[in-house]
Formats: sequence, C-alpha cells, structure tokens
Amino acid sequence: MEVIMAIAIGFLFMAAVYLMLSKSLLRIIIGTGLLSHGAHLLILTMGGLGGSAPPVLSEGVTNMADAIPQALILTAIVISFGVTAFFLVLAYRAYQELGTDDMNLMRGTDEDDE
Amino acid sequence: MTINLAIVIPFLMAILIPILYRRFTKLHIGWLVLAVPVIIFIMLVRLIPFVAEGHTYSHTYNWIPSLDINFTTYLDGLSMIFGLLITGVGSLVILYSIFYLSAKESLQHFYCYLLLFMGAMLGVVFSDNLMVLYAFWELTSVSSFLLIAFWHHRKASRAGAQKAMLITVTGGVSMLVGFIMLHMMTGSYSVHEIIRNVSQFTDHQLFVPAMILILFGAFTKSAQFPFHIWLPDAMEAPTPVSAYLHSATMVKAGIYLVARLTPIFGGDAIWFWLVTVAGLVTLFWGSFNAVKQTDLKALLAFSTVSQLGLIMSLFGMGSVAFKLGYSDSTIIYTQATFAALFHLVNHSTFKGALFMMVGIVDHELGTRDVRRLGGLMSLMPLTFTVAVIGSLSMAGMPPFNGFLSKEMFFAAAIHMRDLDIFSISSIGILFPVVAWVASIFTFVYCMIIIFKTFFGKPYEKSEGKPIHEAPIGMLVSPIILCVFVVGIFIFPNVLGQYILKPAMASIYPGFAPAEVLTPKIHAWHGINMELLMTIGVVIVGVMLYRKLKTWKPVYRLFPYRFSFNELFRHLLEGLESGSNKVTTSYMTGSLRKYVLYIYLFFIVAVGGYFLFSGGFAYSSANDAPVEIYELMLIIVMLLAGISMLFVKSRLTATLLNGVIGFGVSIFFVIFRAPDLALTQLIVESVTTVLFLLCFSFLPEWKREDSPKSVKISNAVIAGAVGALVVVMSFAVMYYDEFDSISSYFENAYELAGGANIVNTILGDFRGFDTMLEVVVLFIAGLGVYTLIKLKARKEDTDNEN
Repeated sequence: MEVIMAIAIGFLFMAAVYLMLSKSLLRIIIGTGLLSHGAHLLILTMGGLGGSAPPVLSEGVTNMADAIPQALILTAIVISFGVTAFFLVLAYRAYQELGTDDMNLMRGTDEDDE
Repeated sequence: MTINLAIVIPFLMAILIPILYRRFTKLHIGWLVLAVPVIIFIMLVRLIPFVAEGHTYSHTYNWIPSLDINFTTYLDGLSMIFGLLITGVGSLVILYSIFYLSAKESLQHFYCYLLLFMGAMLGVVFSDNLMVLYAFWELTSVSSFLLIAFWHHRKASRAGAQKAMLITVTGGVSMLVGFIMLHMMTGSYSVHEIIRNVSQFTDHQLFVPAMILILFGAFTKSAQFPFHIWLPDAMEAPTPVSAYLHSATMVKAGIYLVARLTPIFGGDAIWFWLVTVAGLVTLFWGSFNAVKQTDLKALLAFSTVSQLGLIMSLFGMGSVAFKLGYSDSTIIYTQATFAALFHLVNHSTFKGALFMMVGIVDHELGTRDVRRLGGLMSLMPLTFTVAVIGSLSMAGMPPFNGFLSKEMFFAAAIHMRDLDIFSISSIGILFPVVAWVASIFTFVYCMIIIFKTFFGKPYEKSEGKPIHEAPIGMLVSPIILCVFVVGIFIFPNVLGQYILKPAMASIYPGFAPAEVLTPKIHAWHGINMELLMTIGVVIVGVMLYRKLKTWKPVYRLFPYRFSFNELFRHLLEGLESGSNKVTTSYMTGSLRKYVLYIYLFFIVAVGGYFLFSGGFAYSSANDAPVEIYELMLIIVMLLAGISMLFVKSRLTATLLNGVIGFGVSIFFVIFRAPDLALTQLIVESVTTVLFLLCFSFLPEWKREDSPKSVKISNAVIAGAVGALVVVMSFAVMYYDEFDSISSYFENAYELAGGANIVNTILGDFRGFDTMLEVVVLFIAGLGVYTLIKLKARKEDTDNEN
C-alpha cells in the first residue's frame, strides 16, 4: 500500500507544481491547495500505514497507528486553510486593484517603490 | 582592575548621555562628559611611576573560554602611551568642543558617539586578546563613521564617512583573518603568549600571509599609501573630531598594532620592507600633496598622512634590531623605534593644536581657504602664536619637540645606509634622501599655514563684522598642547624615562635592559649629519616656498583621472552597477521564475543528494496490505488531480479540488486517524465555499495561452518534482537506522492525562506549537480583514506609497 500511496502522492505533487507554474493566480492558489493535500498524505505515509486502531488509549489495544504524523498533519491542515483563505482574498484584492490575474502582468519592479 | 574600569566608564557614560541630556538644560552637557577622560587620565597618571619601573597590570575576565576568547586587559608601557594620549587629548578636545559646538547641535548624539569611540579606542590599546581587540577595532570604525557623518545633512559628510568606513572595515576584516591565522599557528589569541612562543612559528606557512593580512588592516586604519584617500575626505567631520580621531587616536590604532606586533613579526624581512617602504612612500606622498591643498584642513589631513608614514617607517626600521639580535652595535637600530614613539607623542601635541587652530579660524571667519585668508596676525594674536608653535614643531624647528624627533628620524634613516642585511646596501642611500625630500615639503606646507593665513593682505569678511580673537575657552586646549610642545623640548628626558622607556621594554621584550634601550635625548649634539640635513631643509624649503608659483604646475602632471580617489570611485561604482546587473538578471519580478528557482533548487539539491549518496532504499516487507477500496479511492483522486490540469471552468476545478480533499479525509478514516478526518472534512467544506464565494469577484478561468515551450518546461519540472517526492518518500519510509519516537507518546495517559494521543500531543506535549498556530491563524485572519477593509481608504494609501 505504501508504494501505491507514494506514487499517488508524486502525482499530486506533479499536478500541484504544474499549476503553480502557470500564470493565472487562481490556478496558483488551487495548486497550493493541492500541494498541501499531497504533503499531508506524504506525512501520513512516511509514518507507516500499519496499525489497526486509532491512537487512542484503551483496554486491549496494542497495535495503534502512529500518533505523531497525525498531530503534525492536524496542525498543517489548519495552517494550510489559513494560507488558502489569505491567498484568495489577496487574489481578490489584486484583481480589484489591477484588473488582471495574469502573473506576467503583475510583476512589481523597483520603479514602483519610489 | 583600574584598566577594566577605564574601558567600561566611557561606554556607561555613552549610555547615560541621552538620558541625562534632557535634564541638562542650563549647562552644556560637555562639562559632564569632560569628567570621563579626565578621571581616566588621572587614574592612568597615578600608575605611571609603577609602569616606569617595569610593572605590568593584567586582569582577565572569562568571556568565552571554550573559544579562548577572554576579556584580558593588559597595561604596559606601550598601552600606557596610547592610553594617556587617548584620554589626555580626549579631555582637551572635549573642552574645546564645548565652545566649538553651539548648544543647537544635537549634542547628545555627538558626545554619545565620542564616548563610544573613546571606550573602543581604550579597548583596542588595553586588550590582550586579539579577538576582543578586533571587536573594539571595528567599533572605532563604526563610531568614527558616526562622528564623521555628524553633520549628516551634508552630502560630503556622508560620502566621507562612507569612504572611511569602507576602507577601514575592509582592512579590519582582513586583519581578522590574519588574527585567526595567528591562532591556527600558535593556538592562542593572547598577544603576550604569542610573543613568548613566536620563535617556534616563524617558519610556519601561515606566518607570512597572516603578517600581510594584519598589516593590511593596520595600513588602512593608519591611512598609509595608497589607502590614505579616506583621511582627507574624513575632514568633513566637525573640527574637534578631526583633532581627536584624525590626529591623535584612531589613525594611530594602526601604528599601535604595528608596534604591538613588532615582537612577533619584527625579525622578518617582509615585515621590514612592507612597513618601512609603505611608511616612507606615505611620508613623501602625503607631504608632497599637502603643499597643493588650499583648504587648511585638507592640508592638515595630508600632513597627518605624511607624519603617520614617518612614524610607520621608523617602526619598520626599528624592527631590524630583531633580525640582528642584541649586541652593542645593533642597539643603534632600536633608536628608530624610540624615535617613533617619541614622534608619536609629539605629533599628537602639535597636530592637535594645529587642528584646533584651524577650527578657531574656521569658526571665527567661516572659511578655511588659504586663498582667501590673510593678515590675521594682529587680529588673532593668540591663535597666531598657536599656529607658529605648532607649525614650526611640525617642520622640525627648534625650540620645539618636533625638532628632537625629526633629528632622531634623520639619524635613524642615516643608520639604515650602513645596514647590509635584507640586501639594503645598494639602495640604502634612498632612506635618508626620501626622508630629507619629504621634510622639505613638510617645511613648505608649514610655511603655507603660517604665512598664507596670518600674513599678507588682510581678510575681508563679507558681512563687515569685525574679526576678533576666539573666546578663551577655545584657546585653552591648543595653548595647553603648545605648552607641551615647548615643555617636551626643554625636558625631553622626563618623557623619555617615564613614558617611553617602559614602552621600549614592551616592544623589545627580553632584548636588552630598558635603560640601554632608552637614549638620553639632547637638543644639541654638535654639528653632525642630522643637523646639516635640517639646515638644508630650511634653506631649500624657504627657496621652494618663495618660488611656489613657478613650480606649482608640477601638480597638474598628475591627472585627476588616475588618482587613487578616482580609482576608488570607479571601483565602487563598478561594484554597484555590477551587482545591480546580477540581481536584476534573476530578480525579474515574475512569480513563475521565482517558483521555478525554488523547485529547480529542490531538484538539484535533493535529487543530487540522492544521486550521489545512495540514500534510496526499498523493501516491501512491512507494507500494509492493499485493499481494493483503497485502490479505487486512489484512482478517483488521481483522475481528479490530473484532470484538474485540463478543465475548462473554475467551478469544475474547485469541485475537483474538493474531490481530492474529501478523498484525503476518507484516507484519514481508513488509516485510523479520526481526528484528522473530522478536521479535514470541515476545512475542506469551508474552503470549497470560500472558493465559490470568491468566484463572484474573480475573473473567469482562462485557457493558459503560454507558448508551447513554456508549458513543456513546466511539465518537465513538475514531473521531476513529483518523481523526486516519490523517491523521497521511499527513502524515508524504508529508513531504519533510528527507532521511532512514538512510543514515548504512548505513555500519554500518565504524562498528560489524556487517552487520545493526538489530542495530548497538540494540547499538552506541543502546547506552544498549537498556541502559535492559533496566532498564525489570527494573523491570517487579520490579513484577510485588512485586505478587504483597505479598499475603503484607497486614496490615502496611494499617496503613502
């Protein structure tokens, strides 16, 4: 199962990177979302997929899933949600101000700062 | 212990000044500051008799003993001279500045920087540990930068400060490398330990590189040719600063270092040649260029450069004694070092007085241009007296202290002729010749100071206000210095016995008894070569001065384009435009490029590592079994992921993203992570709604119309990243060098009182992480809020940019 998961994660990453390299802001945002999905699965897979019970202590349970990756992912999910929300609003504001979501047109240069 | 205090007091005061400044409204804050150097000066003076008997004081405060870096203060004869100069001249300069700077200037800054400088300078001369010395050394550069740029509204001040900073700090860094090399050779940062053991290391391959790097630092600090260019520009500083930093103290830090390290490197031919030749060239070039200056301060700056060269060359000549070893016939060469120390003190007295004199002229008349000045003798008699005493002493005329040390300089240069080591014999005659020629130019510019300023056509002030003598407060300091100028001439041996003798002992440790090294200084020693040289200087000097107009065109032979100043400017501009070009070539402002850099680096670094380290491993022994529903789920997710790249509408893209998100949460269920599954479900729902909400404000999903080549390269990069992630996850999964640390958390009930291990990790074991995560969310929320709210005040924000 781990092998299949790893390959699936690779595909998710590939799609995410491809989206992030495009020039439409919306695609980039969706790309980052995809990237975090991939990363979550990656962390989970890294910890091993064995374990027949959730990591909750109770009588008679010996073979639990690894708790550390789960704790990490829980944090990561929340953070990635925050980032996505912020990105979306940023895109919305940028589009309102500049009238475009084409990253090739949105490049800031030193001249703008002065 | 006293010495530690001496270093600490100025720093403490520098901190207190900005606080005390507000309370000192009636009295000039300078009076308070004046107490600092006076107290330290008195503390040092009380130690003179003990130091003169050969006592040294050392105190160590452990700072980083594991790195051999400790605050070790060391007071011996050499550091005593510098300590006295720093605090003595410092007191006079502060006294002078009280009258020179009006209360309208930001005095709290001025005195804060000045005290900072004073403390740093005392730190340099009293530190035995090379690393601590280096730290103080750089602090002098920084504080002198602040002082030169004190009038920071003036462009020339800023430029001068920048130049001084760049040159001295470059030297400082090279010096640091030299110190580290010394440590690598000797295993010690303590100067005295190194001096004790140096004979074992003279053949070490790092010995010469370390020497050259350290000398580079000393030469830049002491404005030796060709690094002297910063000193004239630094004259933009207020005159008290010039009088203090650029005549008596900071520029002498380099000289101190050379003197201090002479016992280490002195026996080497390269040291002799570098120090002596750099000194002599600087001596000549400085005096030659001083003559053509029209600004009195610039003239003094070049004269300082030249005098520093003189002192430097004397230290070089004195180092010969190390090569020859101690005998009755070689003792004569140590006299060069004696002359160097003697002139060091003399130079501080007369040059300090001269700088203050120029400051007075500038202050009263508003100009320092010799072409406009003249006839001030009757109007400012006291200032005139100071100028005459200072200038004649600098020119090496009796009855002033400059005469004595100049004669000794000539004597030392003449002795060089007889030397037959270092293959000197063929060019030995050049030493006295260069010394003599440079002295002639020195004489000429001293005449310029006296005659062009105080004789001739009277100066007319444009406003017609009468010119009068400076207030007595400004005159006190230069007059005290002049008293020293004359006093040292009359009683040179007092200085010699009490101050110079112990310093000789610290430069030539264990060489000969200090009494033997210290000659009796006589003003009159019969008609000999030195005296004839001085008479020759006067005759030729007067002639040259009278014919100044006829030979001055000689300066036009050196086009400005080829001067070191221009070279420096070109270098700086080239660096600036060059680095600008490099930066703009990759910082294009295109997001795609930046993302590309990140992933390319990822591919090269991580991929390269896997390629060469063989970190890849694979075994399917412990794999969980594959269930059919899992396979189906993966296929669904992959289909969603891949098709996302080709969809036509943003709605579809969002829904596909949702599909993947929910797929992930189902995986969480499958892999026994109920908490994650719940969180993921909620977050995914909210995200999808958020996307849909934003769509009404965002543009339509357009087809990517990038050129084919761009798309292909994107695809290649994306593919490579994907493949690398697969490799990486394999490597991690099948890495079995360490045991998992999870078992620690399985004790959660006892450690944290909770049965749900994930919850206890988040809420207890890693509670701070969770708290900061909340902070991150809060900041993101704040960002979202302000981004939306900012719209209302669009006009304002536009203006702020």
